[in-house]
Amino acid sequence: MRYVFKTSYDADIRLFKHNAQAFWYLLLLTVAVLLPFFINDFLIGEATLVLIWAICGMGLMLLVGQTGQASLGHAAFMAIGAYSNVLYQQYFSLPFLLSFPLSGLTAALAGALIAMPTTRLHGIYLAIATLAISVLADDLIVMLEPITGGVAGLFAPDIEVFGYVINRYGNPNELYWLVLLITLAVVLIYRNLLRSPTGRAFAAVRDSEVSARAMGVNVARTKMIAFAISCFITGLGGALMGHFATIFTNETFNLIMSITLLLMIVIGGLGTIHGAFFGAMVVVFLPLLISVTRDSVTSALGMSSVTVPGIENGVFGAILIGFILFEPMGIYGRWVKIRTYFELFPFYRKDMFRRQKSYLKTERSR
Amino acid sequence: MNLLELRNVTLRFGGLVAVNDVSFSVEEGEVFALVGPNGAGKSTIFNMISRFYTPAQGDIHFKGQSILDHQAHDIPRLGIARTFQNIELFEQASVLQNLLVGRHTHSRTNFLSEALFLPSVREQERRHREAVEQVIDFLDLQAYRDKMIGGLPYGVRKVVEMGRALAIQPNLLLLDEPASGLSVEETQDVAFWIEDIKRVMGITVLMVEHDMHLVSSVSDRVMALADGRMLSIGTPQEVQNDPAVIEAYIGSSDSPEDGEAA
Repeated sequence: MRYVFKTSYDADIRLFKHNAQAFWYLLLLTVAVLLPFFINDFLIGEATLVLIWAICGMGLMLLVGQTGQASLGHAAFMAIGAYSNVLYQQYFSLPFLLSFPLSGLTAALAGALIAMPTTRLHGIYLAIATLAISVLADDLIVMLEPITGGVAGLFAPDIEVFGYVINRYGNPNELYWLVLLITLAVVLIYRNLLRSPTGRAFAAVRDSEVSARAMGVNVARTKMIAFAISCFITGLGGALMGHFATIFTNETFNLIMSITLLLMIVIGGLGTIHGAFFGAMVVVFLPLLISVTRDSVTSALGMSSVTVPGIENGVFGAILIGFILFEPMGIYGRWVKIRTYFELFPFYRKDMFRRQKSYLKTERSR
Repeated sequence: MNLLELRNVTLRFGGLVAVNDVSFSVEEGEVFALVGPNGAGKSTIFNMISRFYTPAQGDIHFKGQSILDHQAHDIPRLGIARTFQNIELFEQASVLQNLLVGRHTHSRTNFLSEALFLPSVREQERRHREAVEQVIDFLDLQAYRDKMIGGLPYGVRKVVEMGRALAIQPNLLLLDEPASGLSVEETQDVAFWIEDIKRVMGITVLMVEHDMHLVSSVSDRVMALADGRMLSIGTPQEVQNDPAVIEAYIGSSDSPEDGEAA
């Protein structure tokens, strides 16, 4: 077990706890950058998708894991990102470098506006209100057919950066690197927020609104900022998803997607950046794993290939139930436990991560 | 000089009059204690001062200005910090992060500069960190700096909560039962800290406390309440010997302490 001997206040401020940690993350980054040289185009596409899901997941994580506000409507903000990105390019012929951040800002603005009335709600009521937003977004896209293309959908043009054209099928590696760069930027923004007053205000609102107020945190404003930043990040993810899907409709960003996003971050590990990435891997690779398993099983049994409708959602649901019952801290929580086991070997105790029951809380004066 | 002044404050919850026409003032630099049986309205007075409740009648002045125009989250900025009777810490955060939340009112950066972690943000973080370190030193919390609140024993949480209020660097500190649930030794520590908060830091203390031993050892003045009304005000000895106070503690005929212990 490494003990960090702190000699300056910067030890609590800097991004990496110690040099070894910085080394491992740099190694991970190097592997991520060099990935296209080792795997084929199909897998690079899947890796890109993982990163896009992770961006969307980080957006939701900031709201759910950090600020403690449930949202069952985040696919709506992905849709806003995806549609506004393409529409800015189409109608105002803005370049991708402008339309992309603008699409995030558009989603952020929508999020902030929606946050104004909804953040007065708590728990299940907030979940229902955001659920309604997801349903509403679906309908709005269909109703605004002249602009959005309705059920026929919208075609995302190739990404053009400084005259360099990036097409998902034409040059998947370049798309992957672009998405990786954006992912890195989002991770950095996320980490920066966590180590500054805003991030601590988020945690304060999550853990105790009444004492957050007593500490001078403007709870309503903090929730609105959380919604705005969360929707900004998710909107960026949505815009990338639009380019990745090349054609998208109201069905692309439906209610199921909202729920998948939420399940994803719970399975990955609530309240951690790692959780968004682990969850994204589950979301992307699970369907792959299921189809590979099905093929090998059916061929081993000598049967013709059969498809079981809804099996992906079924397995996904079963995994979620398993996690909530046995590992509420998600995949990242399991990873931390395994790591600690080896770090402390042989002194790891079974209940090390068990949370002590919290003491009686003051009646919430909401 | 009056730091805090309550003028004829009344608060009703439906038909129940929780606080009835209470007036008192807290002088700068003193330790003022509120005592009384359960349901006397002590915590309700605290919640009015921190603006969680709005009095139906009367006015509350702090540094000569009415605080009724301010919202709850403005109160720490004015210079009033508080703790809670049933610890209200941020459970899923470390001790350090909890204390740093206390520095929130001293932050001058916005979320955009923080997202980019501009040099001004870093500089501010260092200053916050230093201010918090002084609190950690004062309350001997060094061993718990990076521990999560969720795993800390009750006594330590109580101290962390006091530290979080001190990190605000207030003029007036409201302590809601600082010694409840603490052992004799821990209560003694609290008594020393309250002394130091008054003498060294120059912070005025208003506290609610049931432990009469602690109250009489640290407070300059005491006010006794029962059923939302003021019974008696004066030095700890005067209040303890007031017949009205003795009568208010039902089941006891000699001293308030016995009534409290029951």
